[in-house]
Amino acid sequence: MSSAARPPLASLGHLAARRSDTPEAPEGTPKIDVESMSFYYGDKRALHDISVRIRPNVVTAFIGPSGCGKSTFLRSLNRMNDIIQGTRVEGRIRIDNVDIYKPGLDVVQLRRRVGMVFQKSNPFPKSIFENIAYGLRINGMAGSSSELAGRVEESLKQAALWDEVKDRLHESALAMSGGQQQRLCIARALAVRPDILLMDEPASALDPIATQRIEELIYDLKKTYTIVIVTHNMQQAARVSDHTAFFWLGRLVEFDRTEKIFTAPAEKLTEDYVTGRFG
Amino acid sequence: MSEPAGSATSSHTAWRRRADVAFQALALLILLLALAALGALIWDVLADGTGRLSWDFLTSFSSRRAERAGIWHALTGSIFVIALTAAIAVPIGIGTAIHLEEYGSRNLVSRIIEINITNLASVPSIIYGLLGLGLFVRTLGMGRSVLAGASTLALLVLPVVILSTREALRAVPGSLREGSYALGATKWQTIWHQVLPVALPGILTGFILALSRAIGETAPLITIGAVTFVSFAPDSIWSPFTVLPIQVFDWVRRPQPEFHDNAAAGIVVLLGLLLSMNAAAIWLRDRFQTRGLR
Repeated sequence: MSSAARPPLASLGHLAARRSDTPEAPEGTPKIDVESMSFYYGDKRALHDISVRIRPNVVTAFIGPSGCGKSTFLRSLNRMNDIIQGTRVEGRIRIDNVDIYKPGLDVVQLRRRVGMVFQKSNPFPKSIFENIAYGLRINGMAGSSSELAGRVEESLKQAALWDEVKDRLHESALAMSGGQQQRLCIARALAVRPDILLMDEPASALDPIATQRIEELIYDLKKTYTIVIVTHNMQQAARVSDHTAFFWLGRLVEFDRTEKIFTAPAEKLTEDYVTGRFG
Repeated sequence: MSEPAGSATSSHTAWRRRADVAFQALALLILLLALAALGALIWDVLADGTGRLSWDFLTSFSSRRAERAGIWHALTGSIFVIALTAAIAVPIGIGTAIHLEEYGSRNLVSRIIEINITNLASVPSIIYGLLGLGLFVRTLGMGRSVLAGASTLALLVLPVVILSTREALRAVPGSLREGSYALGATKWQTIWHQVLPVALPGILTGFILALSRAIGETAPLITIGAVTFVSFAPDSIWSPFTVLPIQVFDWVRRPQPEFHDNAAAGIVVLLGLLLSMNAAAIWLRDRFQTRGLR
């Protein structure tokens, strides 16, 4: 048991060599193209030489035990880690062929295009309407008040929340249930019309029914958006994602089609993890 | 479990319970003592002062005859000085706190500034009076004016305003900032639209404390030369002035007992001003607290 739980680090040595032979790599242009990316918190290296190509209009899941770096990696994709002092990125991350860490890149514009939903729902302490309208206003995306109202309605419908809240748009968002709050945060992110939606364990604090609604929503949204989701829950990864990346100790162990990861993984470590032998 | 061991445990439990009750009683006694002291003080002041309290007392100027003396000049002086103090200290205080908390990086310089601000909050007020005398009255040539007094008091309360504003900003959850940044908000948009509204009740609480301290200050204003006997209300920021605590002090030290009653009435007016300021601030705070929820 204990030997299976902690495979020796040396067994990871060969991983770097086989990073680019993922099956989807040659098909079309990737939406997000990460090349030998490493991440540091001060002197501590949290991510080691990650290379991954994420394709448009699919759901890509990041799985792995706590502290494996999957959330850190997700937050690098919209430069959310910039807020934390003493962090540093090496290597290259390109979105639509633009290096998002190049000097002079407009981080504010990047974050509008790469939306994010957090683990703990974080609605603003304002009304439901104002939660959605905020992103539109700060980005100057709604000229008239009728246009604003239209965009708010559209976003709430996209997040399958409209019917539940249309009669109480001007009540506090904090009075909603946990699942509704999380869908509001998704609607808020969709309102500014991103291309990519990053979701950091979006259902981990929700009950099974609310979780199911979020998962159905993810399934609908991938027609329009490129979705990257971090999850602790392997069944969830298997249910919602097309591609799955398995992280372990800050390294990308395996990246492949989801059914392959869960049925016939190439790495022993991946198999041990998805079959619940550790993690 | 043998018999003696069981009884030892239960006697220990009983002892702990008695200690608990005794401590609660002690705390209550101390609270009552404190309230009694405060009550006696207020009662004494009210008993001496209410006889003199009248519309005439509020609207008359100082006089050599106690029964004709009023407090209008000191009341308007206090209000004028406090309003100007707030106008100076609030923008500077909030601006400083926002910079230190949101923009400043954690390095040696910022730590030295932080330690200095904390220390400044406990510097005796007379020191600020001497600084005000040297800087505002003499060097900047403001004279013994309302502006010099308000500037001195603003310096005095700035550390408190900065510290309490920083506390309030720090209490705003990071998830709110992240949510805003993730939508493509700039730092300033995040601070203005999300952080400040949430921090505002805490910031206002800091102002209440700071201005309550300023309105009772006597020493620094005497140092910069606020006059004790004026027969006019201040009409510009350049006017000479006096404030309520100085007027009370002036009356108390006179030998005639009639002036002592005036002093008591002056204290009642000062308390009234203080309470209405606090009430206004609390009303404002509650308004902002519920605004986000409508």
